Amino acid sequence: MTSDGFDGREREKGHRDYTGSKLGMWLFLATEVFFFAALFLLYAAYRLRYAEGFRQASSSLSLFAGTVNTAVLITSSLTAALSVAAIRRGRKNHSTLLLLTTVGLGAVFLVNKYFEWQDKFSHGIYPDSAVLAGLGGGESVFYGLYFFTTGMHALHVIGGVALLCLVAALVYTGRVDGQDSIRLENSVLYWHLVDVIWIYIFPLFYLIG
Amino acid sequence: MADRGLSVSEEGNFYRDGGRGVRSWVFSTDHKRIGILYLVSVLSLFTLGVAVGLVMRLELISHGPTLVQAQTYNSLFTLHGVVMLFLFIIPATPGVFGNFFLPLQIGANDVAFPRLNLLSWWFYMAGAFIVLATIITGAGPADTGWTFYVPYSLVTGRNVTLAVFGVFVLGASSILTGINFITTVHRMRAPGMGFFRMPLFVWSIYATSWIQVLATPIVGITFLLLVAERTLGIGVFDPSKGGDPILYQHLFWIYSHPAVYIMILPGMGVVTEIIPVFSRKVIFGYRAIAYSSLGIAVMGSMVWGHHMFVSGYSYTAGVVFSFFTFLVAIPSAIKVFNWVATLHRGSIRLDTPLLYALAFIFLFAIGGLTGLMLGALSLNVHLHDTYFVVAHFHYVKFGGGGFAFFAAIHYWFPKMFGRMYNRRIANYAWGVLFIGFNTLYFPMFILGFEGMPRRYYDFLPRYDNLQMLSIAGSWILAAGLFAMFANLAWALVRGERAGRNPWGAATLEWQVSSPPPAENFEKIPEVTKGPYDF
Repeated sequence: MTSDGFDGREREKGHRDYTGSKLGMWLFLATEVFFFAALFLLYAAYRLRYAEGFRQASSSLSLFAGTVNTAVLITSSLTAALSVAAIRRGRKNHSTLLLLTTVGLGAVFLVNKYFEWQDKFSHGIYPDSAVLAGLGGGESVFYGLYFFTTGMHALHVIGGVALLCLVAALVYTGRVDGQDSIRLENSVLYWHLVDVIWIYIFPLFYLIG
Repeated sequence: MADRGLSVSEEGNFYRDGGRGVRSWVFSTDHKRIGILYLVSVLSLFTLGVAVGLVMRLELISHGPTLVQAQTYNSLFTLHGVVMLFLFIIPATPGVFGNFFLPLQIGANDVAFPRLNLLSWWFYMAGAFIVLATIITGAGPADTGWTFYVPYSLVTGRNVTLAVFGVFVLGASSILTGINFITTVHRMRAPGMGFFRMPLFVWSIYATSWIQVLATPIVGITFLLLVAERTLGIGVFDPSKGGDPILYQHLFWIYSHPAVYIMILPGMGVVTEIIPVFSRKVIFGYRAIAYSSLGIAVMGSMVWGHHMFVSGYSYTAGVVFSFFTFLVAIPSAIKVFNWVATLHRGSIRLDTPLLYALAFIFLFAIGGLTGLMLGALSLNVHLHDTYFVVAHFHYVKFGGGGFAFFAAIHYWFPKMFGRMYNRRIANYAWGVLFIGFNTLYFPMFILGFEGMPRRYYDFLPRYDNLQMLSIAGSWILAAGLFAMFANLAWALVRGERAGRNPWGAATLEWQVSSPPPAENFEKIPEVTKGPYDF
């Protein structure tokens, strides 16, 4: 049995182990999935206990803002994927532009999220607030999970935006190209993960009202 | 021992050729140097953990406050637990020996992501400093116990937030190491080294890495929730806001039980390397041992509830978790039987590494069997939170994980440093350590059975005799540890040259010079036989 493994010496010559890098990235994404899975587990346990409170709290979230953000993130995943397709055809500027579009859509998501939170805060709904203390345990727990989960997700969006800015610079300066695109591909994979997590967050928090 | 290899001075080695000075170490991406960095850091923190443990034992030498007040004692057992678990035993064997020997054993020149590997050590150091900073900042170190159970961890004024964040950073370090090792095993094996020609140490690190990657994120987010709970009051675990403290326990143990196997699996791998070498025999049941590592990783993820039998969940849940707990004993027993079968009719050479490996089997068997007692629902109600539990997990983690770490040091010392220690002194130190260990911890089984609760700074007069015996044991143990480390430190500067392969082992790390050259293999070896074909 011969191994298809990667010889360390090839690395010294400047070659990258494409499959190895992909494997490492997928393992990292798995840790991210488990990271959020714990929050979904909490969500499941509490929703079972406080079905009515969750329903009521959910109906007070802005379905419009949530839907817009879902559309924005899915579109951003499309532009991110197209940037990989562009670099494979050697179209550097096209790829950079698509990446910057993705970054822009990520920013739109964050701004929208900011106003959504701002609206809740102005109604006195924020962690440890008097208004929440006056609501039932179910609604209080719902908002606790809502702020924490969407907050964690927003941190991941910020991380993703920073990563895509960096890789856009690499593409533009030609350090990532059609021959050596693994850093772009892995960054885009990360962006897809951020998108997929949101695809779960959206129905669980917005659509049960 | 005859010097079969070339002497160190004639051949390049990674100490000499990798540069000099502190910077050449703390920014090195050489897996061997990172292994040494881990060795120095985990041993420093181990020393701290031992010192705290000795003070805790000494406190119990008389009734009432002796050395410290009750509140300080609470902080001591928390600090001891956090340091020994998160800073010593979890990173110890993978961080030191995984880093140093996994690439060598599979015939690679480094791990798959060398820079990530260095980052992982830096995360470890950052986490260690944050945890240690809790001692001198704010209201002092946490007093919750290493489990940080809510609701107490939400209301105590001590430095829980900082401690928990430090452990979160340590988790990131653990995850990066895991990702690195899995990728390395899949991508970097030398030509001819199929999965079933890998040394079993590599298999055990591989299984450990999967637990690290899949379980650690759960405790990571749980600790972040705890931080958010303490700083923002989000109310997810706070009963006064509708939260449920039991869910914290679930999330905590979903990681922390598999983490027990992060502590023990690499040790089992070390023992599996040592036994065939010192009985000059091919390992018995190679595939059974390899698969049982994966079996432990899988089964170990389904038994977390046995820490919560008295926390108040359904009887059905208790029965299921109890049943799974019995099942997880099977893959561990498979390993023990295979080790014994390997020794059977072997040409046994009772050298220091084998003594430690045998101590591992003996102590781990006691720890494992008492684990079954604790896994039984009815008995658990009686024994929960007593010294019996303390004795049980020290037999598993210290008698198992710790002794395996010492076995690994004595087995690989000549390869890592190119020198051999005095084996007569090493054997005596082993004897003192073994006697001290059992004198320290075995009385705790009886104390626990008689009802002595854990984490108390005081005790009833009827426990006097056994407590004294246990305290005496702690001093014997400390003497053994001192003798062991002093002997190794002496060997570091004065030991005779060890040569390439002092034990006559067949795995690849023994085919390069001692210490290994900076680039490991001048030419990547072509593997044509198994790891235990002598």
